[in-house]
Amino acid sequence: MAGKKKNSLWHEFSKGIVKENPVLRLVLGTCSTLAITTTAMNAIGMGIATTFVLVCSNAIISLLRKIIPDKVRIPCYIVVIAGFVTVVQMLVEAFSPSLKTALGVYLPLIVVNCIIFGRAEMFASKNPVLPSILDGLGMGVGYTCTLLCMGIIRELFGSGTFFGLPVLSNFIPSIIILLLPPGGFFIFGLLVAIANRLSGEGKAPEEIGCAGYRGCGGCALANGCSLTAKKNDGEAKEK
Amino acid sequence: MKQLLAIFLTSILTENYILDKFLGICPFLGVSKKRDSAIGMSIAVTIVMVISTAVTWPIYYGILVPNGLDYLETIVFILVIAVLVQFIETVLKKYIPTLYNALGVYLPLITTNCAVLGVTMLVLDKHAANPTTFGYGQAIMNAFGAGIGFLVALVMFSGVRERIELNDVPKFWRGLPITLVAASITSLSFLGFSGLVTGMLGVS
Repeated sequence: MAGKKKNSLWHEFSKGIVKENPVLRLVLGTCSTLAITTTAMNAIGMGIATTFVLVCSNAIISLLRKIIPDKVRIPCYIVVIAGFVTVVQMLVEAFSPSLKTALGVYLPLIVVNCIIFGRAEMFASKNPVLPSILDGLGMGVGYTCTLLCMGIIRELFGSGTFFGLPVLSNFIPSIIILLLPPGGFFIFGLLVAIANRLSGEGKAPEEIGCAGYRGCGGCALANGCSLTAKKNDGEAKEK
Repeated sequence: MKQLLAIFLTSILTENYILDKFLGICPFLGVSKKRDSAIGMSIAVTIVMVISTAVTWPIYYGILVPNGLDYLETIVFILVIAVLVQFIETVLKKYIPTLYNALGVYLPLITTNCAVLGVTMLVLDKHAANPTTFGYGQAIMNAFGAGIGFLVALVMFSGVRERIELNDVPKFWRGLPITLVAASITSLSFLGFSGLVTGMLGVS
């Protein structure tokens, strides 16, 4: 029994890294993924900041899941998440001002990152504290890994460096376009295609984005959202 | 006047919130499948952007900064936006039901749209960089331009996606990956506008 329990905890942690990778499989939190991955260092900074917020907000929301009334849960989640984002903003400003400059507006925008909302709504509000923390940690690590992967590719080919050290710049000319917005979209598309291939299902996520994933399942506002209601109405009418 | 026009055009073409700043990618990918819903969503986003900027700017400079509370920016802004969205929804439902039927379904999704929070924060940065020339009016113009830029990107991209639907795409590229590649090319075309506004109007 003890072993089984340990296994399920391991499962909560590991599912976020590969099987339910928040960026590549669930397609959440795409804005920050595309925007800040021009260098590998920024990617790690953003990943750690988001993981911190994710773990803390998951823990608090899970602790409060029986206290928060269902109707006002979205504002409550917003306050909890925004509180931790402010903490992260102050920590980054104190310990790494250069990272704060590099991340710019995307640091406070962690507050609207769909991964955090999605996990609060889908997992932390229904599960005890320990699995919620592990779920947050796993999702955070999965997010950081994806960001790092994109950051390394874009930095290596875009500016010819690896964590700031010149590697390729002496051999081939840099492909500047990879550092610009079009390169971000393209590399992200490439990674999603690779993830589809590796996952073996051979099936890309059909519905896209927070609003679309599993018919609004991944969206924080799914239950209270009139789009879901209208969609259901529409489906009922079609039948 | 010329400056306001420059701000408006810059935020549509060269600083497009979706294709240049990567804000609001979720609705960009999620809602752009059909042109009607793309238009509805962007009009709702534009309205919320303008009203939130009009409200958060005085709150920031009138309440937060004088009291040394500017570190509460994130919490206050997101709550103000959430309340505003709810308020707009209620008002529309009560007084303009036709508009509510057209836009109402998109409103709840806007709270978690990073473009709205992004624009309210970016105008503060712009003001900090140019305190004399970038004021309240310019901020609202910037928010309006950002909303229209959102509309332009979404409508253009919905046209691109309708074409993709008919194409024979390799198995693993179907769905999201090919959409992202298309977005990459659309964004590439917007790079061509860089320097256009400065060159045309002579103001930066």
